Amino acid sequence: MFDLQGRVAIVTGASRGIGRAIAVTLARQGAWVGVNYARNAQAAEETLAAMRAAGGDGELLPFDVSDSAAVTEAVDGLAARRGGLHIAVANAGIAVDGLLLRMKDDDLARTFATNVNGALYLARASVRLMMKAKWGRFLAVSSVVGQTGNVGQTAYAASKAALEGAARSIAREYASRNITANVIAPGFIDTDMTAALPDAMRSKILEGVPLGRLGSAEDVAAAALYLASNEAGYVTGQVLNVNGGLYV
Amino acid sequence: MSDTEQRVRAIIAKHLEIDLDKVKSEAAFIEDLGADSLAIVELVLAFEEEFDLDIPDSETERIRTVQDAVDFISSHLPRGNG
Repeated sequence: MFDLQGRVAIVTGASRGIGRAIAVTLARQGAWVGVNYARNAQAAEETLAAMRAAGGDGELLPFDVSDSAAVTEAVDGLAARRGGLHIAVANAGIAVDGLLLRMKDDDLARTFATNVNGALYLARASVRLMMKAKWGRFLAVSSVVGQTGNVGQTAYAASKAALEGAARSIAREYASRNITANVIAPGFIDTDMTAALPDAMRSKILEGVPLGRLGSAEDVAAAALYLASNEAGYVTGQVLNVNGGLYV
Repeated sequence: MSDTEQRVRAIIAKHLEIDLDKVKSEAAFIEDLGADSLAIVELVLAFEEEFDLDIPDSETERIRTVQDAVDFISSHLPRGNG
């Protein structure tokens, strides 16, 4: 089950957190994984080392997902070196939080440039190669906040909700080519992004999680592995919530 | 048949998974050869790759038959190719 031998994958924002866990998990199952990162080369090296420790392998792909030309070049290069591309995970995201009243134009623009445009650039470059392979899995990592909304996260929530509409459309557009598109919506996951929250807010959020714990990046990676696998071939256009019951 | 025409026909046959002898000049991709809109895009991508061309979307819409494709590509070949 969930064997990815022979598959070539790319995971954006894979230097840390959920992206790293997804990269390691896909590599462990046999995929060659392109580890994208924007700035933190050292962390990306650690991801690659973890992939190798897990018995897998891959390569580093430094580029900014909001740079359309850079995304296309990196994806095409990976496919040219490895003979194709099969799995693309749009995970890179930023959260610029604050009351909408106080948000600058640039805060909104940056949020959408990375979270939405970045995912679409990746999808556009990838589906072309997936069509050639006659097999493809596009995944986007959104957030429970895209479904529930959250005070101080209007831009972030809007950008994450956008991924759901994109995935449903991609699912319809490329279904005839054996390409699926799905979204994973993590809840409150223990990562650098959530570690920045004050303790009081963390315990408040935890009260609302029926499973009574924070999620781990590995919880999310397991869902990604399923959706990236051959076994999930009849699942497309869906949102898989990995949130401990926080939103049901 | 020119070398270009032969290459165009071979690409069409391969991508639409049909016999080469079905790829007649007057055959329309969608009506006669069973292509859908994605298949047309795939064909155009394959032509671009094979002939080192950039085929704009506006032209793509006008390429309806095998002959249209041959004509377009023949008249847009970069110098020294084909």
